[in-house]
Amino acid sequence: MYEFDIERPASIVAAAKALNAEGAQALGGGQTLIPSLKQRLDQPATLVCLGGIAEMQGINASGNDLSIGGGTTHADVAAGAGAYPALAALAGNIGDPAVRNRGTIGGSLANNDPSADYPAAVLGSEAIVRTNLREIAADNFFDGMFATTLREGEIITRVDFVVPEKAAYAKFDQPASRFALVGVFVAQYGDHVRVAVTGASEGGVFRWAEAEAALAADFSPAALEGLSLSGDGMISDLHGSGDYRAHLVGVMAKRAVAAA
Amino acid sequence: MPKDHGIGASPKRREDVRFLTGAGNYTDDINVKGQAYVHFLRSDVAHGTLNGVDTAAAEAMPGVVRIFTGADFAEVGGLPCGWQVTDRFGEVMQEPAHPVLAQGKVRHVGDPIAAVVADTYAQARDAAEAIEYDIDELPAVIDMKAALSKGAPKVHDDLTSNLCFDWGFVEENKEAVEAAFAKAAHVTTLELVNQRLVANAMEPRVAVGDYHRATDEHTLYTTSQNPHVIRLLMGAFVLGIPEHKLRVVAPDVGGGFGSKIFHYAEEAFCTFAAKAINRPVKWTCSRSEAFISDAQGRDHVTKIELALDKSNNFTALRTDTHANMGAYLSTFAPSVPTWLHGTLMAGNYKTPLIYVNVKAVFTNTVPVDAYRGAGRPEATFQLERVIDKAARELGVDPIKLRRQNFITEFPYATPVAVEYDTGDYVATMDKLEEIADMGGFEKRRKASAKKGLLRGLGVNCYIEACGIAPSHLVGQLGARAGLYESATVRVNATGGISVMTGSHSHGQGHETAFPQVIADMIGIDESMIEIVHGDTSKVPMGMGTYGSRSLAVGGSAMVRAAEKVINKAKKIAAHLMEASDADIELKDGQFSVAGTDKSVAWGDVTLAAYVPHNYPLEELEPGLEETAFYDPANFTYPAGAYACEVEVDPETGKVTIERFTATDDFGTLVNPMIVSGQVHGGIGQGIGQALLEGCVYDDDGQLLTGSYMDYAMPRADDVPFYKVDHSCATPCTHNPLGVKGCGEAGAIGSPPSVVNAVVDALQRGGHEVTHIDMPLSPSRVWQAMQQG
Amino acid sequence: MSQVSMTVNGKVATGEVEGRTLLVEFLRENLGLTGTHVGCDTSQCGACVVHVNGRDVKSCTMFAVEADGAEVITIEGMAAEDGTLGTIQQAFQDYHGLQCGFCTPGMVMTAASLLAANPKPSEAEIRAYLEGNICRCTGYHNIVRAIMAASGQDVSGIAAE
Repeated sequence: MYEFDIERPASIVAAAKALNAEGAQALGGGQTLIPSLKQRLDQPATLVCLGGIAEMQGINASGNDLSIGGGTTHADVAAGAGAYPALAALAGNIGDPAVRNRGTIGGSLANNDPSADYPAAVLGSEAIVRTNLREIAADNFFDGMFATTLREGEIITRVDFVVPEKAAYAKFDQPASRFALVGVFVAQYGDHVRVAVTGASEGGVFRWAEAEAALAADFSPAALEGLSLSGDGMISDLHGSGDYRAHLVGVMAKRAVAAA
Repeated sequence: MPKDHGIGASPKRREDVRFLTGAGNYTDDINVKGQAYVHFLRSDVAHGTLNGVDTAAAEAMPGVVRIFTGADFAEVGGLPCGWQVTDRFGEVMQEPAHPVLAQGKVRHVGDPIAAVVADTYAQARDAAEAIEYDIDELPAVIDMKAALSKGAPKVHDDLTSNLCFDWGFVEENKEAVEAAFAKAAHVTTLELVNQRLVANAMEPRVAVGDYHRATDEHTLYTTSQNPHVIRLLMGAFVLGIPEHKLRVVAPDVGGGFGSKIFHYAEEAFCTFAAKAINRPVKWTCSRSEAFISDAQGRDHVTKIELALDKSNNFTALRTDTHANMGAYLSTFAPSVPTWLHGTLMAGNYKTPLIYVNVKAVFTNTVPVDAYRGAGRPEATFQLERVIDKAARELGVDPIKLRRQNFITEFPYATPVAVEYDTGDYVATMDKLEEIADMGGFEKRRKASAKKGLLRGLGVNCYIEACGIAPSHLVGQLGARAGLYESATVRVNATGGISVMTGSHSHGQGHETAFPQVIADMIGIDESMIEIVHGDTSKVPMGMGTYGSRSLAVGGSAMVRAAEKVINKAKKIAAHLMEASDADIELKDGQFSVAGTDKSVAWGDVTLAAYVPHNYPLEELEPGLEETAFYDPANFTYPAGAYACEVEVDPETGKVTIERFTATDDFGTLVNPMIVSGQVHGGIGQGIGQALLEGCVYDDDGQLLTGSYMDYAMPRADDVPFYKVDHSCATPCTHNPLGVKGCGEAGAIGSPPSVVNAVVDALQRGGHEVTHIDMPLSPSRVWQAMQQG
Repeated sequence: MSQVSMTVNGKVATGEVEGRTLLVEFLRENLGLTGTHVGCDTSQCGACVVHVNGRDVKSCTMFAVEADGAEVITIEGMAAEDGTLGTIQQAFQDYHGLQCGFCTPGMVMTAASLLAANPKPSEAEIRAYLEGNICRCTGYHNIVRAIMAASGQDVSGIAAE
């Protein structure tokens, strides 16, 4: 790692101020950032640690609404998001236990790894990403691999979900990293259904519109029979071709529907 | 009743207490006062001409002590290769120079260009970024067959080609083998890849060099399986330091699996630099760096053909392998695809005619050398896969075909130059069929089918040659070292014993198992015996731990030394009891005179040896300490039969190991608990090779699997509980313990059964799949199902 | 450089660290607690697992300053004062759950967290919980058995050999 300072602000306001400084960068749980700093892929002057900000912690549930602080760890979501079992289950299967005790929902979303799990839940649940500056609908948040519409220094303070009638996430692990080779999140909200896919596309998380339409008409695995995606534009690497990933999206989508 | 002490008992491991409390002493736990830290600047291209390295700006960076480049090593020897292979035509292999730091050329990603020594590790790494170097990138040769094609870029300009050697074995059999194929009733052919692996011992390598100018003494602390071998190779061939001025210490070592046998550039560097700057120098390898600097394993591309007569007897075997050496010859690299591979090609079968051809090839990749099993897994995999394929082609039961061709008479001289002393392959297969519950397979298959999963059963046998030795034989085969082992048994005045062994324990539990042997021989408690290893200043000589040789060779040396001690102790006892030596018996720690009630205790005799008040000084020296060197008469030949049951998810291609059963014949067992643990670990690695692991380079020689993000290590949920059995024991006939070695069996014996099981599952599912190359990742299995 | 202070194995530990100093570096280098190991640099192997405020974390993927004020337990804090091994440590010895010992501290710390949350885990739960701890020696067989035994479950039906 290159040398840098670490600041530990106690409030969102103080964190935002610190992030305005030249070369400042936010540090969430650090589970992705720290390994990349070790590889010297990044050279921040200051890391602004968001872990000590109480107002970004915790889960508020009220009726069908679930609001999760941006600094809430995956383990805390897994344990505390009982109102939204599909989300709790997804959080409880990110990385490994020790990673879940450090990694945060805000950090994961801001990083938008194309193989991360949370983007599928957020996009699939039409969640609202709240920042210190504004609120961003999930459909407008993700902007391609490792890219979001967050501005420089903007902090994800909360993520608001509306709990769907039915939902589930089906993930197929990349054998080495255990990130999603393909992960599909399905959620049924009244007359419409969302199907969000992570791990597969070169463009990052995306919605599978055709599947959404089919499931809106008939929320069953059988409704997905015959639907397929093209391997073009899918990630192709040593763990699987684009065609394989495209195939897995169909399989995982059916499994998610069956589990929902 | 299981024994509760001595040979055959399973006492808890004494070394565990320090490992379980954080009190182990691994090399990275060692810090020498005043030490500086080194960071190696490594090539990021696979092949290039190194025109120059400008360190001026870097030298001026904070904390930098000195920066070394290839020029600093111009007067120093290169890293030696410990094995010289002679080719089919009687010519010795092409052997390129292997400089400590690159000179004139870089030959693989990771080849060290410069070494920055600084006050802190971070400063060294900062300064390395300020080094300016000029490399003209050259086309890389990665694929072995392309590397041998006409006009291919040469990895080493001073060699005639990228062919290290073209080895034929047994060359005199070649024509007879061809004739047998010409009249075969059936020939089965299989082309396969035994993919490149990374050993990935959990402890990355570390080296700490120390030097005392006043005494001209060097010390190297290093993560090694064989500190004496490092002392010899580095002292004699690289740095010119005589043994008495060079101490090599390998303290607690966090796993090796072969990768810590070899002498590495970083060890020589730290030793050299400590003297050059008159200050200790420490290097700690990161995992990312390990992926491009630890010698890798396997990497064979093979075509194997099996000839059978009309009664399904094996009549001949022919195999043609390209073996990747990487960019340089690592310490024992040439021995792996040749003598550790060709000699095992008979397997457990009485195939009368065998011919093995191996072309060893240089490529712009990390050097390849021994990894758990080393040559024997490659032999076993191709043989057991081709037999399975033959059975399927012929429509006969794979187990029956194997049984029909088993060697049943021992000793048995194979057509590939080795003689198996003992074995009972029928017994291990019988045991396997029994404990693997093969009778219940069909029921389990139906249950899997109900879940939409394809279930398959795969079986294989294996044989290995362990206890790597004897010296006279390996010398003829090209080894530039002897392969004996030494031990000193030092009895102290009050009866306690220190055993100094040249075997090194890095997980194998020698500190527990070796005392069990001595305790049995003398009849004293195991707690009275301690094992000292891993320090050339404490142990007279040693060839180290690899090739499942510790107990068979190192343990035998210890037995010989203990026998000498007992003989001398009997003489002392005879004197104390005024009896004849010949009448003295030792039992349960008591020396007695046969046919009388006279006896003295072990402690009385040891005390007399060191307090010689009443002692036969005219006949015996005081003291009780003996050393023995043991050089065995033959390899040992553990063998066994393995079975694997898998479920394949036809929608995703994911393979799940449902059951794994191993029956092994290891001869005598000293500590069955440790033996089982060794087999478990080997199976874990074998499953890793079969399903998960594999090193992938792109066409430019960049390693795509350079971390655990892409190199899939087996984890707890990738494997099941294993059922292992060692009850079919035919003791080795030529070592005093009857032991055969168990360290590599699991890794050798497991990959074929996994692949055989997956092929079985797919064929039962209606897919015309005859082979899938490892690792059988979900995507590969799915791909195979789409095609067949 | 900044000053950090934390409780490590029940004792107050303070030191000067850089921003980039990892918790594992602070433990190993400043405090000399070398039982916590580093086996990778991508936060996967788990040899460095310690407990911070009662939770298992990878000390190679946390900065020392982030542990300022925290309660940290390392493998050195798992045995009794008199050296008696804790239940999990003893089970690892009894069931041969370690070979080279390098991954062992992380395995024990992870197992301790698992059993604190789930006192009688199934085999599958144990294997799943060990996802972030890689062992290259044991094939995991005896690690899983040891953890089952430490939780008071009968493991005699699982082949000992």
